[in-house]
Amino acid sequence: MPTTVTMPQLGETVTEGTVAQWLKKPGENVEKYEPFVEVSTDKVNAEVPAPVSGVLRELLVKEGETVATGTPIAIIESAEAADSAGKVEANRMASDEPVPGMTNAPTRTNGQAARAPVSAASEDALRSASPAVRKLAREHQIDVRTLHGTGEGGRVTAQDVLAAAQTSPAGAAVTSVPARKAAPSPSGASTYDAPTPGTVIPLTQARRIIAQRMLESKQSAPHAWSTVEIDVTNVWKWREREKSRFEQECGYKLTLLPFFIRAVVQSLQKFPLVNARFTNDGIHVLKDINIGVAIGLPSNLIVPVIRNADRLTIKALGIAAGELIDKARKNKLGVDDLAGGTFTVNNNGANGSILSAPIINGGQAGIVTMEAVVKRPVVLDGDAIAIRHMMNSCLSLDHRVLDGYTASGFLADLKRRMESMGPDGTI
Amino acid sequence: MAVTTSKMTASSQTMNNVEAVRATLYEALKNDDRIIILGEDVGARGNVFLITKDFIDEFGPQRIIDTPIAEASIVGIAVGMAMEGLRPIAEIQFADFIYPSFNQIVGEAAKTRYRSNGEYTCPLVIRTPYGGGVRGALSHSVSVEALFYHVPGLKIVAPAFPADVKGLLNAAIDDPDPVLFLEHKKTYRLIKGEVPSGHYTIPIGKANVLKEGTQLSVVSYGLYVHWALEAARALEGDGLSVEVIDLRSIRPMDRTTILNSVEKTRKLLIIHEDNKFGGIGAEISAMVAEEALFNLDAPIRRLCAPDVPAMGYAETLEHEFMSSPEKMAKAMREMVAF
Repeated sequence: MPTTVTMPQLGETVTEGTVAQWLKKPGENVEKYEPFVEVSTDKVNAEVPAPVSGVLRELLVKEGETVATGTPIAIIESAEAADSAGKVEANRMASDEPVPGMTNAPTRTNGQAARAPVSAASEDALRSASPAVRKLAREHQIDVRTLHGTGEGGRVTAQDVLAAAQTSPAGAAVTSVPARKAAPSPSGASTYDAPTPGTVIPLTQARRIIAQRMLESKQSAPHAWSTVEIDVTNVWKWREREKSRFEQECGYKLTLLPFFIRAVVQSLQKFPLVNARFTNDGIHVLKDINIGVAIGLPSNLIVPVIRNADRLTIKALGIAAGELIDKARKNKLGVDDLAGGTFTVNNNGANGSILSAPIINGGQAGIVTMEAVVKRPVVLDGDAIAIRHMMNSCLSLDHRVLDGYTASGFLADLKRRMESMGPDGTI
Repeated sequence: MAVTTSKMTASSQTMNNVEAVRATLYEALKNDDRIIILGEDVGARGNVFLITKDFIDEFGPQRIIDTPIAEASIVGIAVGMAMEGLRPIAEIQFADFIYPSFNQIVGEAAKTRYRSNGEYTCPLVIRTPYGGGVRGALSHSVSVEALFYHVPGLKIVAPAFPADVKGLLNAAIDDPDPVLFLEHKKTYRLIKGEVPSGHYTIPIGKANVLKEGTQLSVVSYGLYVHWALEAARALEGDGLSVEVIDLRSIRPMDRTTILNSVEKTRKLLIIHEDNKFGGIGAEISAMVAEEALFNLDAPIRRLCAPDVPAMGYAETLEHEFMSSPEKMAKAMREMVAF
C-alpha cells in the first residue's frame, strides 16, 4: 500500500521546509528509519527517516523547492500495511516537539483521487475532535491529525488548535512558497544578502520568525534598560595570557565571552529573579540556567543555547560557545541547540558599539550585552588617572518581572565579578 | 420596625438573606397600600423564620393575613386579589407544601393574562423557602423550580445574595404577572452582604457573572452559587480559570450571558441542587447545544442531585444527595483538563 510522506515540522515555529537533497531515487528500496531525504529549514538541516520499508515510488517535490509542513513530498510503496506507531516514531526528530505525522493523505493514482487509509492514531484525533476543534481547525486551515493533543488522553483541544494557529501565522501551514512568489513586486526583488535599492526583498521564513518574535517580545514585555561600565583590564590580561594555550588545546578562539558568561551565571544564581519568566499564572523562577548566545549571521540572527551553563568552567563555556558559533556559521545547528534558553548574552561590541538597547529574547526576563572593550583614561581610587580597558554592559529587563532595584543589583554584582576576575590563574 | 443589622452606613446595610427579605417586604408594605401578605403563620407567629415578625401589629390583620393550612386557597385567594387590583404576596411556608396550589399557580395565575386577552393580569408574588442541607428531610428540603419551569406565563426567580434578594423581590412585586420567588433556606442566615438602601430593582431574567474565567463556564443558582464560587476561587491557586455565573432568574433565562460565556470558555458545567432529569440544567444544555454547538470543546456536564424521591434525613444520605465545594472542584478540574 502507498504511504504518503509529508514535510515534517522541524521546530516549534517552523512552518515550511526545503527539500535540500533526495538521498534516494524513485524506484529504489528504502528501509524503515533509513534517511531518504535531507530537509533544510531556516534554522536546521535534518535527514528525514523513512516511515515504512518499501519502494520509493514518487517524489512530489523537487530539490530546492520549499513547501509548507504537512505537504506531501513523496510516496513510498510498502509491501505490507504500515504500522501506525512506527510512522509516528519515524517522523519524530530529536526533540519532544510535536511533529506532524506521516499521515496518509489522499494519493494520486492513475490521475484519480483515491483516499488511502489513514493511521489509527490520527483517525482517533479526528474522531475525538469536538465541534469547537473542528470549527477552529477549519477557520485556521489546520489538519487536526497533525497536532499533538494536550487534553485528556491526548485529545486535541480547542486551545491546541489556537496555539498551532499562532505558531503558523496567516495560514502559513497551507501556504507554500510558490504561492507567495506568484505575486512579485512590480519593481522586482532582491535578496537580503545583496539588497538592491528599489526592490522588495521577499520575506524568508527566518525573517518572518525574527519579525514575529521581536514584535511579540516588544509588545508583551515592557522593556526597561540599565547600563554599567566595567573595568575589564584584569580579565582582559588573563584572556591574553590564556588565549594561545586555549586555542591549541581546544581549537577555538578565546574571546571575553566565556568569562562574561561565567560572571553572568554567578550573578543569576545570586539574583534568581533575573532567571525567570513572566506568565499570567505567576512568575516562574527557573531552576536551570541555560544561556542563549546571540549570534549575528549575514541574513539571520540566531540564539543557540548553552545548557546548564552554571555547571561549566570558563574553559568549558569557551568550548561550548566555540562549538555553537561554529555550527551556526556552518548552518548545522539542530533543534536542541536552540531550545530552552533562560537568559541571553549578546556580544555585540565586536564592531565598536558602546551602548545598545536589545530586545528581550523568547519570553525571558532579560538580556545583557557586552559592548566594545575600549582603552580609556579612568580616574582610580586615590584620584590617579590610568589607562584601563573599559566595557559597557547593557541590560534590557522585562519590567513585569524585574524592577530597577533587582536589575541594578544584578548589574552591580556582574560588574564586581568581572572586575575581580584575573589577571592570574588558569581558566 | 427595627431591622436587625450588624453594620449600617448611609448608603447600604449589611444583611443576611432573611433580613433582606424582611426589609424589602417592610418597605413595600410602607410604600404601597395595595400590598397584602397572606400565608400560614405570617401574622401572629411572624413567619417561621420571623420574616414578618410584628408586621401584623403595624399593618393590621387585613394586610397581614394568617390563613388556614390550605395552600390551594392561599394562592387562589391571592390570584383573585391580584386580578382585582391588589398586590398580594402569598407565602407557601415551605416549597415542599406547594403541590396543593399547583392548579392555582399553573392553571390560573400563569394563564390569567392569556385567558382574558390582556383584560386581566395577575400581579402576584408567591414566596417560598426551598432547598436542603439543613437536615430538613423529605418535606423541608425540596427544590421545586423544575416543576414550574415548563410553564409559560410564570416567572421564576432564585437569588443567592442579599442585594439580589432585595432587587429581585422589588422587581417581582412591580411585575404585572405572577412570579414564583424562591428563597434558599440554607442561605437565609448563612449568607450576608451589603444591601443598598432605598428602593431599587434588578431586572428579572438577568444573570450575573460573579467571577470571570477563561477555561470553563459554570452556571448555577441559589446556595450552590456560593459553593461553586468557593471551588472556582480555590482552583485559581492551581492556575485554573473558571467563570462562575449566578443565574438569579431561572425563567426567563439569560441566554445571552450564558452563550457569551460559553463562546469564550468553550466548556459548560451546570450545577444545581434539584435532581438531574428534566431539571434546569437540561434546558440550559439544550439551549447551548442548539445555539452554540460549534463553540463547544467538551460535552456539556450537569452536576445535580441523584434521581431519588427525596433528600434523606440521615446525615449521610443528605450528604450524598447534596453537592459540596469539593465535589464541584473535582468536576471543574476534570472539565478543564478534558
